Amino acid sequence: MGKTLAEKIWHEHIVRSADGEPDVIFIDLHLIHEVTSPQAFDGLRLAGRKVRRADLTIATEDHNTPTIDIDKPIADPVSRLQIETLRNNCKEFGIRLHSLGDVEQGIVHVVGPQLGLTQPGMTIVCGDSHTSTHGAFGALAFGIGTSEVEHVLATQTLPLARPKTMAINVEGTLKSGVSSKDIILAIIAKIGTGGGQGYVIEYRGSAIRALSMESRMTICNMSIEAGARAGVIAPDETTFEYIKGKPHAPKDWDAALAYWKSLHTDSDAKFDVEVNLNADELAPFVTWGTNPGQGLPLSANVPNPAEISDPAERNAAERALTYMDLTAGTPLKAIKIDTVFLGSCTNGRIEDLRAAASVVNGKKISPSLRMLVVPGSARVRLQAEAEGLDKIFLAAGAEWRNAGCSMCLGMNPDQLAPGERSASTSNRNFEGRQGKGGRTHLVSPLVAAATALRGTLSSPADL
Amino acid sequence: MDKFTTHTGTGVPLRRSNVDTDQIIPAVYLKRVTRSGFEDGLFSAWRSDPEFVLNKAEYKAGTILVAGADFGTGSSREHAVWALQNYGFKAVLSSRFADIFRGNSMKAGLLTVILTESEIEAIWAAIEADATVQITVDLENRQVRYGSTTLSFAIDDYTRWRLIEGLDDIGLTLKHVDAISAFEKARPAYKPVTLNS
Repeated sequence: MGKTLAEKIWHEHIVRSADGEPDVIFIDLHLIHEVTSPQAFDGLRLAGRKVRRADLTIATEDHNTPTIDIDKPIADPVSRLQIETLRNNCKEFGIRLHSLGDVEQGIVHVVGPQLGLTQPGMTIVCGDSHTSTHGAFGALAFGIGTSEVEHVLATQTLPLARPKTMAINVEGTLKSGVSSKDIILAIIAKIGTGGGQGYVIEYRGSAIRALSMESRMTICNMSIEAGARAGVIAPDETTFEYIKGKPHAPKDWDAALAYWKSLHTDSDAKFDVEVNLNADELAPFVTWGTNPGQGLPLSANVPNPAEISDPAERNAAERALTYMDLTAGTPLKAIKIDTVFLGSCTNGRIEDLRAAASVVNGKKISPSLRMLVVPGSARVRLQAEAEGLDKIFLAAGAEWRNAGCSMCLGMNPDQLAPGERSASTSNRNFEGRQGKGGRTHLVSPLVAAATALRGTLSSPADL
Repeated sequence: MDKFTTHTGTGVPLRRSNVDTDQIIPAVYLKRVTRSGFEDGLFSAWRSDPEFVLNKAEYKAGTILVAGADFGTGSSREHAVWALQNYGFKAVLSSRFADIFRGNSMKAGLLTVILTESEIEAIWAAIEADATVQITVDLENRQVRYGSTTLSFAIDDYTRWRLIEGLDDIGLTLKHVDAISAFEKARPAYKPVTLNS
């Protein structure tokens, strides 16, 4: 029997396999940032260990970094110490680091692909759950904890149990105004936040193949919100074109390409589970609750928990509506928004900024809200400025910031105030995620932009 | 890592599903560069509510968290495991854990035990009726025991062995350093490197 794409990559990276033990898997690329690495470096020092493959490791500063006044010292002393700790660790262990102010700085999952370090068939890890993003290139990429970060630093491998495989087939054509963010939000609403637990998801079908690389990254990015540690998409011409010319694109292009072209699920391979979704029927999606599975088409109303049969889900819905201060039956489009956040490793790439700019171009955002535009990397910011997107956002009344994770998780000063409500292009609507007491609705860049103009959750079709 | 063989203590009923790692410890608490002191951030938003279970006197000494389904969803922050451990928890029981959280817990020595939803319901009922009920989590025999009830749970042999022996994963892998070196020699030259040679 043939192998799925994920199984192929897995098998090609087995260093050691023994009955009753996890496989030892070689890691091709280890991405590092300031939050989940300090304790790992401490562990190395305590044990007198070295970094085995600094040449397969790269670090960037993203979670804590401010998005304004980046030429000044970081105001929060605890954030500053964490950043300085990363700088010291990278210096001590000889790891390449892109610091705040460096042209290659940015969110780790934006930086890897734009440098061309993310390539098909690789194993990629990072102490960050959205490492799944890199799966868009046909790489097996997943988030790890700090103990595992230390393990990879010391051995360039990880002992891992073999995951099961799930195919999500998305056939059809997306309607205008519907984007890959809507596909993944619809998938999570369908299979639930635990639906992908234990699986690597392969996204397949004509609607997936039609997507750009950046749109594919948005989908793979949120695999973890469906419970799957990793999501993959088979590499194709779109992938190869994207990598061509990037700083770390293979010098022996033909050899790499020949290998990459072998990276697809065999026709006789079998997935453990298959899920089907019709792209023709998809509409702009938005979350109403406090987990990413609590989402509905924008044209729907806030659901009534009493109509949910599963007691745990009903309880969760009741709790979510209380936290979100929403009443069952309210049209989602009537929900008033205080802050629009455009950015994050989910939707902070140039295509996302272009999409939003095309909606706000020549218009003004609602005076009742603020809009933060935070490019995913310094390069994305420069590209956007070269295209004049910054001027479009500024003229509309939005704030144009520097690169970083920013309000996706509010580790830097970009946070929601208690009770404040956001429409956010990020990935998590958990309680307090964007600031204590803050309320988050997850949306696509197009919906974020339309919402900014109207002041209530909206799609471009409502303008 | 400390060895885990068996632990007996009282339980804390957390009747919520989808407890994500931002609830277990919000991002603002992740700025420390140590592995200790995270107990102040544990469930910090919920702890401002006097009715929250950890604020109730009868559950203050609990060492076994009994949680709803999909515990530990969201980010990969191992700080969530450390916060639970720093606070004093030795084990978490749930009907389903997020993959990364479960992996992290087993690396750090916090035992996560999967029981069925009805078994979790029964434990909730027992410890809500009497907070002093002693619960034993017995990794050697793969059992959870309280009152006259004995429940069995599954855990793979390898993880169980590592926890019982308190073994360092890195040390185990480095026993196979020759295999790693051999693998490295055979890697194709077109794979990218981050440093200029």
